[in-house]
Amino acid sequence: MSTVQTARPMGKGRRSRGNATYWLGLVLVGVIVLAGLVSFVWTPYALSDMVGGRLEAPSLQHWAGTDRLGRDLFTQLMIGARIALIVGCGAVGIGAAIGVTTGLLAAFATRFLDDALAAVFDILIAFPTLLIAMLVVAAREEASLGTAILALGIGLSPIVGRITRILTKQVLGQDYITAARVSGTSWGAIVFWHILPNIAPFLGVNLALQFGLAVMAEASLSYLGLGAPPPNASWGRMLQEAQGTVYTAPWGAFLPGLALFALVIGINLLADGLRDRFDPTKGAA
Amino acid sequence: MSDLLTVRDLRLSTPDTVLVQDLSFSIAAGERFGLIGESGSGKSLTSLAVTGLLAPGLRAEGSVELAGTQVIGAPERRLVGLRGNAVATVFQEPLTALDPLMPLGRQIAGPVRRRLKREGAETSRAAVRDEVMALLEQVRLPDPVRLIGAYPHEVSGGQRQRVAIAMALACRPRLLIADEPTTALDVTTQAEIVRLITSLVDELGIALLFISHDLAVVGQVAERVMVMRHGRAVESGPALQVLTQPQDDYTRNLVAAARRFDAALEGQG
Repeated sequence: MSTVQTARPMGKGRRSRGNATYWLGLVLVGVIVLAGLVSFVWTPYALSDMVGGRLEAPSLQHWAGTDRLGRDLFTQLMIGARIALIVGCGAVGIGAAIGVTTGLLAAFATRFLDDALAAVFDILIAFPTLLIAMLVVAAREEASLGTAILALGIGLSPIVGRITRILTKQVLGQDYITAARVSGTSWGAIVFWHILPNIAPFLGVNLALQFGLAVMAEASLSYLGLGAPPPNASWGRMLQEAQGTVYTAPWGAFLPGLALFALVIGINLLADGLRDRFDPTKGAA
Repeated sequence: MSDLLTVRDLRLSTPDTVLVQDLSFSIAAGERFGLIGESGSGKSLTSLAVTGLLAPGLRAEGSVELAGTQVIGAPERRLVGLRGNAVATVFQEPLTALDPLMPLGRQIAGPVRRRLKREGAETSRAAVRDEVMALLEQVRLPDPVRLIGAYPHEVSGGQRQRVAIAMALACRPRLLIADEPTTALDVTTQAEIVRLITSLVDELGIALLFISHDLAVVGQVAERVMVMRHGRAVESGPALQVLTQPQDDYTRNLVAAARRFDAALEGQG
């Protein structure tokens, strides 16, 4: 027994830790997804109804307290979960669509085009994502949920593009790509059947990271008043509205902050865990 | 009679070095040809040039005519049609030559489906599966039902190389290139793989370009051989003659070294 433990202490420790973080991530994300989904059919109160006193502390009637207009904060948190998830999925979807396409293009392009695209990625990455997103919002001349999603998606795309380019080049250098080519596989089939599946585990973890960044960035946009406009509740705007009363009613700022933190860290843990679980070259064989 | 593969005055170079030069040889349909040389002698590059898969920085000059098509300078579209149809390759290291994230059965199914389409045959899931099973049987893999669902890292090195051979045969090529197919395997497995390759190409009437640095293995496999050194052919001829009565000093040294190695093994055993 002791020899087994000294032989592979790292391997064993890593796997059990990986499992614990996976479950923690699943629970955190699961709770928020559930809250977001339930918000479509049920919330404790209507979003903009003034249903209680001003700045009430959490109680049985108002689980998360009320804001300075007497609106129910738990209702806002639930709607905020929905908004955060929509923004995260939408922005990552748009970012991945643009980023993966351009990244693949760069990896397959001629030397000159490849260098040019790589330089464009690097220059765009040097701009803060939030700044790019603000420029897009400014260009669309209206703050809406769709604009915020589009803006963040565009802002994330250069990072995805750069990672896709590097991962694709790595896979392209592998023997199995040569083997596939020599058996007459077309480039399209190679991209679809060999390259995308082989970059997916790494790309997926990175996209999860981007999801977290998108959610945070949306909160920042909302905080600045550039996010989804008022009938929607966003965690970022909740934070902004609670700013003035943070000493008298700290829960108003604390709870949306906690929700943001839980979603971002949950997504990251879950992505890490999923990669470890579904990588067939690892674990029990 | 026109040969299946004719290489004439092949010259491969990077901007500052010449890697292969003055290389000429031909392989007739159904013939087994051996290419011998130490690592870095240009033999693998030659095989890549035959399939038109040279790295972008390399320049190829001369003529490589495969099944009546000039490979050098041919557009990718024409090469894709040629690969698999006229030529297929078995690589040195089967672990890296198989996609780590794709089950083995699907890796074989890809070329099978392309060939069935090319031949105008039925390409239903069942037809492809039947053909995959037949191929696995042909390369003598045990337990094919388990194997088609397994990933490359879950089977042994010898089994992986058999899968790679099945993939190459799935294309029904007229020329099979085996680029050091036994180097990554242990000695007993080597012998089995060599026997398997020779018997399969004979059975199916496929020509073989067998590349190796191992004289004994090439001697078993090839009817004719060519010895390469520093990118040039130093000697070529019937296998028996080159390996028993080498004319060139380098070949003579190679043969003598191989003999000494065998003698040392026998002396110990």
